[in-house]
Amino acid sequence: MTDISHSGPVLAADGTPLKRSLARALRMQKLRALMLIAPLLLFILVTFILPVADMLFRSVENRIVQDTLPQTVEALADWDPASGQLPDEAVFAAMAADLQVAAEQKTHTKVAKRLNYENPGLSSVFRKSGRKVKKWDLATDGPFREKLIEIDDGWGDIELWRTIKTYSGTFTSGYFLNAVDMQLGAEGPEIRPENERIYNTMLVRTMRMSLIITFSCILLGYPVAWILANLPARKANLLLILVLLPFWTSLLVRTSAWKILLQQQGVINDTLVWIGLVDDANRLVLINNELGTIIAMTHILLPFMILPMYSVMQTINPSYLRAAKSLGATDWTAFWRVYFPQTVPGIGAGSILVFILAVGYYITPALVGGTKGTFISNLIAYHISTSGNWGLGAALGAILLAVVLLLYWVYDKVVGIDNVKLG
Amino acid sequence: MADASNVDAFVEFERVQKSYDGENLVVKDLNLTMPKGEFLTMLGPSGSGKTTCLMMLAGFETATHGDIRLDGTSINNIPPHKRGIGMVFQNYALFPHMTIAENLSFPLEVRKMGKSEREEKVKRALDMVEMGAFGGRRPAQLSGGQQQRIALARALVFEPELVLMDEPLGALDKQLREKMQFEITHLAHRLGITVVYVTHDQTEALTMSDRVAVFDDGRIQQIAPPDQLYESPENSFVAQFIGENNTLEGTVKEIKNGIALVQLDDGELIDCKPVNVSQPGERTRVSIRPERVEYNKDRLQAGVHTLKAEVLEFIYMGDIFRTRLRVAGNDEFIIKTRNAPDQVRLQPGQQIEIGWLPEDCRALDA
Repeated sequence: MTDISHSGPVLAADGTPLKRSLARALRMQKLRALMLIAPLLLFILVTFILPVADMLFRSVENRIVQDTLPQTVEALADWDPASGQLPDEAVFAAMAADLQVAAEQKTHTKVAKRLNYENPGLSSVFRKSGRKVKKWDLATDGPFREKLIEIDDGWGDIELWRTIKTYSGTFTSGYFLNAVDMQLGAEGPEIRPENERIYNTMLVRTMRMSLIITFSCILLGYPVAWILANLPARKANLLLILVLLPFWTSLLVRTSAWKILLQQQGVINDTLVWIGLVDDANRLVLINNELGTIIAMTHILLPFMILPMYSVMQTINPSYLRAAKSLGATDWTAFWRVYFPQTVPGIGAGSILVFILAVGYYITPALVGGTKGTFISNLIAYHISTSGNWGLGAALGAILLAVVLLLYWVYDKVVGIDNVKLG
Repeated sequence: MADASNVDAFVEFERVQKSYDGENLVVKDLNLTMPKGEFLTMLGPSGSGKTTCLMMLAGFETATHGDIRLDGTSINNIPPHKRGIGMVFQNYALFPHMTIAENLSFPLEVRKMGKSEREEKVKRALDMVEMGAFGGRRPAQLSGGQQQRIALARALVFEPELVLMDEPLGALDKQLREKMQFEITHLAHRLGITVVYVTHDQTEALTMSDRVAVFDDGRIQQIAPPDQLYESPENSFVAQFIGENNTLEGTVKEIKNGIALVQLDDGELIDCKPVNVSQPGERTRVSIRPERVEYNKDRLQAGVHTLKAEVLEFIYMGDIFRTRLRVAGNDEFIIKTRNAPDQVRLQPGQQIEIGWLPEDCRALDA
């Protein structure tokens, strides 16, 4: 027995502190465990954590302006856009020098593209000038101010210089501001004009539709999970296979099937017209809108709701319901007061799964959503693969990630994450 | 056994049958009458239909045929929540998401009882099972025995006249089980409630009940007070099932003056009390309790038949000695003797003569 009155650390038989002895004894075990998970850890690091970190970094990174136009950025440091005056000859000379180098290395188009995100039209100014500036002799051909404005009068626009100065830092908040429909104006961040706003609407729509999809999944999945949990094991397994069946077909196939079902000349409309419920002239618009996305995604995400609910319901002993009834509760009271509260962890787990999957869903909204039913992920995909504005795509992705984490935190506060059972 | 016209009957089963699949009867022709305030135990091996009977009484299963009456009214078509029967489940079925007090308050809430009255009753029920300080805890924070008490308190808090218990002590360890047996019996008698108790533990049945109904094969094999059941089993199933029992097989030679002379299969003769035999020539199974076997010649009645026996094994068990003998070709013949100062300790290999009182040796069905 250890002496309880002893105040120092507990010692092992040989006099070393017990904690150290324990750590030493467990070291081999820990090392072995680490070795076992090392391949997966490495895989996740390389294919998931690093790319995500890289994308998050890209959402604020802005070295290209500084790297491509170093002299211009330096010369612009003294210029005050609020003065209403164009920068002086030194800045134009610096720009000519930078452009010459950049055109040689063909990087002037890249910086043009970058600045074009912030000030559309800049791209052509740079491209046009790059070609001509290449032939100049920097020592003798000055002054460059008039020559540049002669090539493209864009150079005479004070906004162009303001944009270059604003986005000359190594890091920028520009992508994030853009992602929430704002921009860096002369007076700091400001809300974009109404006709240029899109991302907030998309974000709100994504959240709203994901919530609707989550609730539809709860409503449709709960009874199914209940039946599964209360059937004899053999029948339950058979039904479970039916629930899992969609996983064995390609997502693309399932989504395309919904297209066939939902379109105006599709199976559902044809049937409704045939039985006379819907007039042939007024066929229902079930696809290429929010409704189409909600229907198809509810179907696709339903198993993710049913499975956690089922696994929780399975553990609820039927004697609880019997006990409630023997105590005088009606069927409904017994369900609502005794059974339902015990299934909340399952609903919680399913909801988190479905909601998080829905928020980032891409293929289904793209195929059946038309323009009204697309999600923010479709915009991210557009920026990554079509417009090439990776910074904006990354910023949108980061915002989406932040919102999901925030919701997760709220959920933890309200429901408690330890109340969630995935299986 | 059952008498439908019995005015004292509180719980009645009349010709009740139950089948789950339409092919086999789980309960075959059950007749049972219980007066108010009785503690009745349904005892039987698993699959004997005892739990099904309890569930039919509670309303969770419907009788395929027959009538179940509570206080004179048929309850066949009354849903469980309107029967007002308290029930204690094997796994206690305490609602895990509610505190102990909320659990106890539940039956009162669904009866639309006022808050102050509810609190008063919950407190009284908790005090009754000596768990007054635990109202704010959750079931998972209590030990098995404590959960058991709460389950009991919950079944009693709305003051039902009939309480059903489905193997309530099955999950407890031996010591706690014995303590709870005692407590449940006392509580039931003090409150004057009628209890139907289901168990497969015969000790529990014997120590707790006013009457025990032994179930087998969907029928009540015998229903009697514990002492009668143990000392006068009516058939070989009951004799085998209740307590330890020695069985010898043989044929009835004659029945005279209430004593049957049975010739065992190896030719020896013994005196028995005829229970399920009526005429010479019938096959019979003779049943003798191990503690009623005597080998001390001084204590045997004069003139009774004795049997030769060989001691095979002597087991010291503290308060008793348990000796295994070979008697009439049966190697599993057990006798139990009290560890008294003058008691002889038999040695393996010893040849002895054993005998008993004719009324302790019952000639039952073969």
